Amino acid sequence: MPIQYYIALASCLFCIGIVGVLVRRNAIIIFMCIELMLNAVNLLLVAFSKMYHGGAALSNATTTAGVDGQLFVFFIMVVAAAEVSVGLAVIVMMYRNVHSVDVNFLNRLKN
Amino acid sequence: MNAIILSAIWGVVLMFCSVLIKNKGVYRHIAALGLLVILAGNIHETYHGSFFNIDTHEMLRFSRFGLFFNTILLAATLLYVLLSGRDVEKAGGYVAEYFTLIFFVLCGASILTSFNTLLMLFIGIEILSIPLYILTGSDKRNLRSNEAALKYFLMGAFSTGILLMGIALVYGGTGSFMLEVPRSAIMGGYKGVSFLEVTGLLFLLVAMSFKVSAAPFHFWTPDVYDGAPSVFTSFMATIVKAAAFAAFLKLFEARVGDTSAAVDWKLLLSIIIVSTLLIGNVTAVFQQSVKRMLAYSSIAQAGFMLFAVFSLNDVAKEGLLLYATAYSLATIGVFAVLIKMKDVTFEGFNGLARKNPVLAATTTICLLSLAGIPLTAGFFAKFSMLSAVIKTGTYTWLVVVAVLFAAVSAYYYFRVIQAMYFKEGDAQTEEVTGGFKVLLIAVAALVILFGVQPQALLNWFYF
Repeated sequence: MPIQYYIALASCLFCIGIVGVLVRRNAIIIFMCIELMLNAVNLLLVAFSKMYHGGAALSNATTTAGVDGQLFVFFIMVVAAAEVSVGLAVIVMMYRNVHSVDVNFLNRLKN
Repeated sequence: MNAIILSAIWGVVLMFCSVLIKNKGVYRHIAALGLLVILAGNIHETYHGSFFNIDTHEMLRFSRFGLFFNTILLAATLLYVLLSGRDVEKAGGYVAEYFTLIFFVLCGASILTSFNTLLMLFIGIEILSIPLYILTGSDKRNLRSNEAALKYFLMGAFSTGILLMGIALVYGGTGSFMLEVPRSAIMGGYKGVSFLEVTGLLFLLVAMSFKVSAAPFHFWTPDVYDGAPSVFTSFMATIVKAAAFAAFLKLFEARVGDTSAAVDWKLLLSIIIVSTLLIGNVTAVFQQSVKRMLAYSSIAQAGFMLFAVFSLNDVAKEGLLLYATAYSLATIGVFAVLIKMKDVTFEGFNGLARKNPVLAATTTICLLSLAGIPLTAGFFAKFSMLSAVIKTGTYTWLVVVAVLFAAVSAYYYFRVIQAMYFKEGDAQTEEVTGGFKVLLIAVAALVILFGVQPQALLNWFYF
């Protein structure tokens, strides 16, 4: 499949993520939308990795070109997991105090 | 390399200390000792090479600039721990863990001063940010602290998503994560600047502006800085911000040259700079709380530091070193006093000069430095930033704008000085020890020393 399809799919997922972050008011759903953004990036990286590998493999069958893109995906997964653990802890802490995860509550600092 | 490894190790050591040592007063001494060790290790690496011989496959490159920047960050943190270490103990119940997190932040910061691939940029930014989300929310019973932590976390994670999209697109355009990709080495044989690379770099610009709180991506800053416990605000506003700027400068230094045919970076950055200066300075004027005023002023100072990214020449690099030093010193000094105040509004400072002349005098010197008054470090920092812009030969009108906004900034800094010296009042402070006063005087002396002799710092850099 041409790379354009992957780019289009990843951009759509990424945009859904961004719109979700901006529109939704529930902290957990915002968080899920951020994860969606990260996964769109993962998809894109794997697609590019395959593209570069395929291009280089035409001339050299044992090439490792494009492997770094897939490696990056693992790093993103690990870091996202670390971020989830901290983020959920923060959300739970918030919930304990106000019994809600609605971000509309976040207006005490305005004045 | 020394700074990265030693700060990670010392973070773990402090975690074990929290189990083994029950006396809370000891942790800050261990932290200060650790900072001394890391600082010594980093200075050793600057002149004689690292203790560790690890092949990083060019993923990290330790330049003189990065190592010297580390030295500044570590020295600023040492000063911060010495001045405000006692207050860290009051922020919450897990003192050793707070110091641990500070060390992990330093580990991330030293990756950011030496990264050579976009992978390391990403890892560095995350190691820097994740501990900060926890530190922001460390006051667990306080709703404001909770709210700041949640807001910071959501905004930080969002900007990380944008950063990653930028990195993925740059990879798509060039086929490599390396910071500098020779045009001839781009895979697929495409010699021009591809659409993917340009879009990716624009995403990176947005994400980095988020991290350094440049307008129009600054909106999280005042709330987070205001809600977080003051001790950690002090850390976030100085060391973390300086490290993010080092990364910003490094990234754009490597990439702007090749892509300037496709994007007018100077125009984009000048728009960001002017709006940052405008929003930061004008909003700071209307604040009632000194803490919130300092949050806006840190946005305004970020506008000045962005001149380094704008001009990208040798003067700009020197200027960023000077600015990071001057800004960190002065802000740590002001915050150290602010933490001791019972009331952080402008009225709370009324009559401080009569009650505690040392605190008032040192705060005045730090505020004058932030405003950029001659004979303080802030003056030469601002001066070298502006001369860097003039050296580029374009957009010289930015200098006029910057000077005008520096004049605006004098208004809100002087409001504090006016409250301390010329208003009647009963400023309530917590108990202040003699050692604290001596350290504050040392900070003020350094601010003046670098204001009279900025070369003292820069010569050391070139030596």
